[in-house]
Parts: sequence; structure tokens; C-alpha cells
Amino acid sequence: MKLTIPEQELMQSGHLACQGCGATLAMRYALKALGQNTVLSIPACCWSVIDGPFPYSSLKVPIFHTAFETAASAASGMEAGLEMMGDKDTQVVAWAGDGGTFDIGIQALSGAAERNDNIMYICYDNEAYMNTGIQRSSATPRLSWTTTTPENHPKETPKKDMVGIMAAHRIPYVATCSVAYPEDMVKKVKKAKDTQGCKFIHVFAPCPTGWRSAPETCVKLARLAVQTKVFPLYEIFNGVDYKINVKPAKPKPVTEYVKLQGRFRHLTEADIKQIQRTVDWEWERLLKMAEGCEETEEKKGKKKKK
Amino acid sequence: MTEKIDIKGEKDMPAMAMSLGLMDWNKTGSWRNLRPVIDYEKCTRCMICWKFCPDACILIRDEEPVIDYDYCKGCLICAEECPRDAISVVKEE
Repeated sequence: MKLTIPEQELMQSGHLACQGCGATLAMRYALKALGQNTVLSIPACCWSVIDGPFPYSSLKVPIFHTAFETAASAASGMEAGLEMMGDKDTQVVAWAGDGGTFDIGIQALSGAAERNDNIMYICYDNEAYMNTGIQRSSATPRLSWTTTTPENHPKETPKKDMVGIMAAHRIPYVATCSVAYPEDMVKKVKKAKDTQGCKFIHVFAPCPTGWRSAPETCVKLARLAVQTKVFPLYEIFNGVDYKINVKPAKPKPVTEYVKLQGRFRHLTEADIKQIQRTVDWEWERLLKMAEGCEETEEKKGKKKKK
Repeated sequence: MTEKIDIKGEKDMPAMAMSLGLMDWNKTGSWRNLRPVIDYEKCTRCMICWKFCPDACILIRDEEPVIDYDYCKGCLICAEECPRDAISVVKEE
């Protein structure tokens, strides 16, 4: 038996997540990488419910439940407090959903990123406000069904490029992760922990309840999102150095990803073709951004070896 | 194992908003209507099922994966991800 991720379990069974929840997998991997010496700041999101009602908790690390828009500012405050107490080892993590990051929490997050506070901000992205009844957020992909964008009026605008926005703040480390690639995620969270300054990690976490997909396909969907290039895995150092971690040798068509989800059931073939074109365009753009960057990364490695 | 905490009045309340115990009293196994069962003859101990369990209820006992049915919600990610098809699905009665 050989384990590819740390064995330590800081998430307790008995939590209140739905069957096959991607957000709990994200939390499990993040805590495996972060270890016991962690403080979490959680705004209103699925995880404020999953954790359990007062006076219980399903995580073995301290959690601070805060207001929807304040995940990053609460984390900044906790970090400042710990610094005053002389504690430099504890990692303060803001853990928010896509609503609390893309829409409601973006102002506090932008502030923390601009001040370059020594916090880690992890956004688990399930592409809508799932916990309150599947309302659309700015992370919802184009043409997707939600309760506020019904089938005859699906969402018209594309998903907000949050990773691009965070990279534009020129913070030391930005990365995307997927729950289907736990080793990659553990590696990135550990790398972020070792980086001084503001770190942003975007985790793709499927939601079977809101995506109208079968619970057992949670990990499969996350993997397909990477293989179809819908959600590429990459890192950005200092806001400019791009590094793509997974380049699918034979990319799958987006149809395979879309057809497993009820929220895309109303799509016509023309719609799917359009999604495919957008995905290909975005991927080409990412490749262009990463062009030349990997060379510098390699050069840096070579210099270190010398 | 945390016992259920009974708060009857103000006196039982903690001094500040804090948790007093873990959620392990909440046996989520009762949510399940399909039960994953590991066939240990087919199992290669790759621990992929352990890795992808969102309820952290696949335990490692003597280097083998053991499903804790007290907490398994029956999402069947383990059965879907098992590369050897060593996990079968049985309907709960």
C-alpha cells in the first residue's frame, strides 16, 4: 500500500454535505496539505453549513465563521493579530465559495491582495449559489441552467476570469486546482504555504445537487473538465509567469463533459459547438500567455542546480 | 466519540461562539440507499477509494481500505473510481 497524499485526516466524518460533494473533497485535500497549524475564516457558503450547527464542528482546526463579504478581511485581521502575538508559523486561510469570492467578497479580497497580506485565499468553485438554492453567480458558465436562469433564459454572459483578476494584482502565487487531481492540489497548497504574501487558489469542486448530475460522477466530472480544457490547471507566479500543469495530449470534446450534467440538458448541438469554440479560444490564449514563461522557469531551475 | 451536547440554558453556553465537540455523533450512514461493498480478492490496495471519499469514511486498517458504514452516505464515488471494479453496489433494505 502506497499513499500519494498525506494520511493525516483533519476532516471528521458526520458532516452535513450532500452525497458526492466536491467541496468536502477540496477541504479534505487542503487540510491534508496545510496540517494542524491552520486557522480558517469561512464566510457564508456551503461550508458554513457543512461544518455543522453550534456547538459542533466537523473540522479539527479552529474556524471563524464570518459575514459573506469579509472572508479576506477577517483573515487579514487574524493574521495581523497572530503577528502581534509573535506567531509566524500559523497559516491563516480564507475559505470561500464562488459567490463569496467572485461576487460578494471580491472587494475584501482585492484589498487583501493589494496589501499583500500573508494569507491564503482558497475559493472552491461550484459555479452557483448552491447552498441557498442554485442561484446564478458570476462563476456560472455561459448557457448554464440555474433556478434564476431557467432553461428558456439560460445565462448569457461567460464565467468571470477570477484567476486573471487575481494575477492582475501581481500577488506572488495564483493557482487552479481540481478535486480530481489531489496530488497536484496538495502540492500547490504546500507551495502556497511556503510562499510569503497573498496566495490565491481556485479549486474546481463539482456539485451534484446543483449541476443535476449523479453523485458518483463528481470526480469524473472534475477530471473531464480538465481533459476537455474547460478548466485548465495552471499556476501564475508574481502575476506574470504562467505554468500550465496539465496539457491533455488528446483533449476530449466538451460534449462528454456537458452531457453528464442536467444543467446543460437544454443545449442544442449549435450551443455545444459554440461552447467548444470558446473553450478552444481560451486554451489558445492560455498557451500564448505561458509561451516563453516556462523557459524562464526552466532557466531558473538550471541556475539553481549550478 | 463526541456525545450530543445538551444546552438547556445560559449557564451551559460557552463564554464565546466556539465549538465544543466534533460532528461524529451524526451517523450519516442512515442517508444511504445504495451500499458499496469491497471485494478484497479483486482489491489491489491502491487506496484510490480512500483518496476520493468525500466523507472520509474509508478507513485504513492493516493497510486495507475498510468502509465505515456508520458514516458512508452512499455517493458511490469509490465504486465509480475503482480501477479494478472491486467495489460492487448493493441496494439497502
